Formats: sequence, structure tokens, C-alpha cells
Amino acid sequence: MLKNYFKIAIAVLRRRKFFTFISLFGISFTLTILLVLTAFIDKVVGDNYPDKKRDRSLYISRISQTGKNTMSSGPPSFYFLDHYVRTLKTPVTIAISSGFSGTNTYVNNKKIAVNYKFTNAEYWDVLDYDFLEGKSFNKQQVANADKVAVISADMKKEYFGDVSNAVGQYIEADNVKYRVIGVVQNVPITSYMTYSDIYLPYTVAKDGGYKSNKSYGGGYFGILLANSKGDLDKIHNEYEQLVKRLPPEQKMFDKVSSHADSYIKSYVDTGDDRHSGMFIVITAISIFAFILMILPTLNLVNINITRIMERSSEIGVRKAFGASSSTLVYQFIVENIILTLLGGAIGVILSFIVLQVINSAHLIANLELSINFMVLFIGLLVCLVFGLISGVYPAWRMSKLNVVTALKAQ
Amino acid sequence: MIRLQNIEKVYRTDTVETLALNKVSLEIAKGEFLSIMGPSGCGKSTLLNIMGLLDEPSKGEVKIDNQQTLNLNDKQLAQFRNKKIGFIFQSYHLINDLQVLDNVELPLLYRSTTAKERKQLATEALAKVGLSNRVKHFPSQLSGGQKQRVAIARAIVGQPEIILADEPTGNLDSAMGNEIMDILLQLNKNDGTTIVMVTHDENMAHKTHRLVRLFDGSQVQ
Repeated sequence: MLKNYFKIAIAVLRRRKFFTFISLFGISFTLTILLVLTAFIDKVVGDNYPDKKRDRSLYISRISQTGKNTMSSGPPSFYFLDHYVRTLKTPVTIAISSGFSGTNTYVNNKKIAVNYKFTNAEYWDVLDYDFLEGKSFNKQQVANADKVAVISADMKKEYFGDVSNAVGQYIEADNVKYRVIGVVQNVPITSYMTYSDIYLPYTVAKDGGYKSNKSYGGGYFGILLANSKGDLDKIHNEYEQLVKRLPPEQKMFDKVSSHADSYIKSYVDTGDDRHSGMFIVITAISIFAFILMILPTLNLVNINITRIMERSSEIGVRKAFGASSSTLVYQFIVENIILTLLGGAIGVILSFIVLQVINSAHLIANLELSINFMVLFIGLLVCLVFGLISGVYPAWRMSKLNVVTALKAQ
Repeated sequence: MIRLQNIEKVYRTDTVETLALNKVSLEIAKGEFLSIMGPSGCGKSTLLNIMGLLDEPSKGEVKIDNQQTLNLNDKQLAQFRNKKIGFIFQSYHLINDLQVLDNVELPLLYRSTTAKERKQLATEALAKVGLSNRVKHFPSQLSGGQKQRVAIARAIVGQPEIILADEPTGNLDSAMGNEIMDILLQLNKNDGTTIVMVTHDENMAHKTHRLVRLFDGSQVQ
């Protein structure tokens, strides 16, 4: 029976090549977008280099102050993290780093775009960068405001060329020369709290913002490291209590809010407590995926109905010779699943190609996208859902065709 | 074998009511070869469709093999047709995407037969109609007469007791028409299959055991 269905499915696909192309294009294109998107999300959320202790870390990426008609929100300041957050008792330590800033530097008259960020010494204890050469700066070097730098492997290559050793050499950024003391493996830019080309002690920051800015908001992030997973809730609550006690900085504000959250929550934090970032992101992704899937599904339903009406004579014959309505529904759904799986296979191949192109084009710094088993599983599931949804309604309509009418249609 | 009692068929639209069959009663014995004649639109095909359980009468009852068929549901009707009745249509109604052998196997797909059995039975049916050398062909590669012989093979592959043929020679020239008629006569004579045939051809009709004439939905002979 299945062999017969398969034969007829393939024959129908070959007979109407244009319809087949449209159907397969719709399925494979949609699947490709979904797979690439999933690969991207998977990379952003799942990739934990150099953030390997993510399961016992809490992230502070935003602090907000709200009033009746006003709101101020942004990353916290160094002062806030160092002066207030450091007083928390439960965390083992706190990594503080600025967001990355861009500047240009010149090597042999060649312009190089450089991103740099400032960190404290504990930053290197909390995060597990892979050092290809040398080591990180220590507390003493930070306290002395030593002009030392840790650079990424890509930066080393770009700035110094194919040298075996960069440690001990000098690199210039923002017209200041820094001695390279370590080279680390690259971090993708999507890991925005840990990505940079050059890492510098916060004490060398030119503007001295870490000293002079005593307000809550600044351009820094904090990562609180817990002794164990079990301490996370405790730290979270301790932090909430701390923030609750903070007075608003200006009269127009009546509330200060900030959270020490897990990585994903902090990644999507909007700073608005009424509408959590997680909720907004999940809703947005769901709506996007739904729209993305509903369009080709409707298209498939439409094409399938047209195809079915063309086959009314066959339906009449099958019914006359003993096929019940349910058997015909089954046959048509099987045929449709064959079509969608075919589209799915093409979609997976296309996704591999697209990901290769994205990776090789270096559209996003240090980002290597790949399809994993989870993504493939999702793809397969999407195909089956496509096959079922787009097949059920046309199949049901087909099965309800009156035999005599169906036979007359030829 | 087939018993029709006071069959009426009315087609209704919003404004018009058309009486296609008017109190037709007919009894067809097992092994009988009956032909139905009449002008176009007199209700011949409607009557055949009702006999084949492809259509429902507006009034009256249909008994096949002493079984009342009016209360059967979709699934039961499908099984009943599959087991008891084979159909031959004027325009063959072969599935163009399937090879001859697959077309003939079709009724067996809806029974619990193995692929091997299906192939064997279909090959035998094709041999019976003289088409053993065309099993791998597609319908588009056959002549009209050959297509109708494939349709006959499909109708007989499940060894039904009844064959309903709606103008089986209508699309064929006289030589091919005679060939098809001979096959049907052989089936009736050798296998005892009950055959009901709608035709426009007096010559063909006179070769059968009995002739029924319809006019404006009523039986006149």
C-alpha cells in the first residue's frame, strides 16, 4: 500500500513540475530560514566560551529608574558595581567589565578597526579565557594602572602578522601604547559581555569615568560568581534587597530596579519590570515563526486543493473500487508528508550552504554557526507539522467528494 | 442478485426539481447479463450508479445478494463495493500516473492481500484480457481498446460477483467494441459473473440475456 502511495506521490510530483517547484521552494526556503535562525539563537544562547561557569553566575547588565512618566535605563556604572554590589556577602567574587568601544589604530599605514574594553582583575578568575600565550593582568597591575593588554588571537594576527610570539610587544589603541601580556582565543561578538579585541585594566581608562561617575548608570557589566548553583537564589534575593534600599538619584524617579539574572534573562532584559524581556522575546520569536510557517502552509493548502481537484477522476475510481474516505485521507497525507520531507531535505542542504556562506563571509566577528542535532530535530518536526497541516484540510475535502461527481469531472 | 424496488431519484436545485428516475423496479438474477438502453438523459447511468452503490436513491430500496444497502455507512459501502462489484466506465478512468499492473492491482489495495498476491492476481487478470505483454506500460501508451481491456482486468481482479459497465464500447470503433463485448460475454458465460451494461448500441444489447429500456426516468420495457 505505502509503495503504491509512494509511486503515485512521485508521479504526481513529476507530472506538475511547476507546482512541485513552488511547493518545494516554499517548504525548503522557510525551513532554511528557521534552521539558520535556530543555529544563530543556539550559538548566542548555547555557546559558553569563555563563560564556562554560566551555571553558577548571575549577570547584571542593566539598571533602571522609573517615575510616573519617565524612565532611565542602561548598563550600570563601575561605581555602582564596585561600591554597592561588591558589598554582597554570598558571591565569591564579581567580574566587572565595560562594554567594548571602537577606535582605529595604524600599522604600517594600514588602518585597523579595534574594539577594546576595560576589566578588573577578578574578571579573569570568573571567566575562563583560553590563553594561547602569556597570562592576564593581576590586581597589582590593575592597582598600578599598568599599561598592559590582553589581546585576541585575531587581533594578534591582524596587528603583528604571523609572528609566533606577541607577548612583550606593544600595541597602540587610542594613541596609547600597551604592552601585550597575553593572547586569548577569539570570542564571538554575540557574546557581548565578553567580546573584545583588546582587554585593558579599568584603571587605565583615559576619561577616568570609573572614578568620577558616581551615578548608578554607566557603561559596565557585572558577573557575580556563586560558590555553587544552590547559592544563586540567595544571591539573587540579596541583590534584590540591595537594589530595594537604593534611593532614586533624582526627584522625578520613584523607583530603582535592577536584577541579577541568569545569562539568557540578562541577555533579553529590557529594563522594564512590567514586561519582562524573556516574555517579549519568546512572544516575538513565536509570532515570527508562526507567520513564517503559516504563509507556506497556506500556500501548500491552496496548491494541494488545486492538485486534488485535478485528480478527482482518480478519487472517484479509488472510491468506486473500495477506498473509504478515511483511506483516501491517509493516502493524501502520506503523499503530502513525502513532499514536505523532500522539501525538508532540500531545506537542510540549503541551510548547510547558507551557514557555510555566513561563516566564510565573516559577517559577524568570530561567529561560527553550525547545525546541531537539536536543530535538525526541530527541522524534521517542522516538516512533519507542515505535511500534516497542509495535507489534512485538502485531504478531508477530497474525501468528501461525491463519487459520481468525481468521475464525471474528467 | 440485485433487487431494486420503487427507485426514485430527484435532483433538486433552488428553483428546479428534476425527476431522473421514477419508480423503477428491477430484479436481476445471479449470472444474468442485462443491458439497459434509452436516449441520453433518460437515467440509465443514474440507475447503474445506484445499483453500484455510488449514488443514493431519493426513494426506494436496493438489495444486493439479499442485503439491504441503504443503512450502510461510508466504510461499509466501500467494503461492499470492493468485495461484490467491479466497474467499467466509458472513458476507462485509468490512473495515468500508474503502470498497467498497478492500475489493475488497485481494488486489491483495499483488501488484506500481500504485494505478491496482488501481483499474481493482477497478472492473471491481464492474461485473461490478453494484455500480458503490456504490464509495464502506462495508460497513455495504449490504444482505446487496450485501455478498456485494462479497465476490465481491474474490474475482475477482485473476482466480484457483479460487473457494472457504463457504455463500455461507447468510445471504441466497432471492431474494438466487439472485442470488448466478447470478453464480457466470456466472463458471464465462463465465470458466471452477473453483468449489467448500459449501452446505446442495439447490436451489443441484443447479445445480452435481457434488455431494459428507460424513457424519461421510467422503465418502458
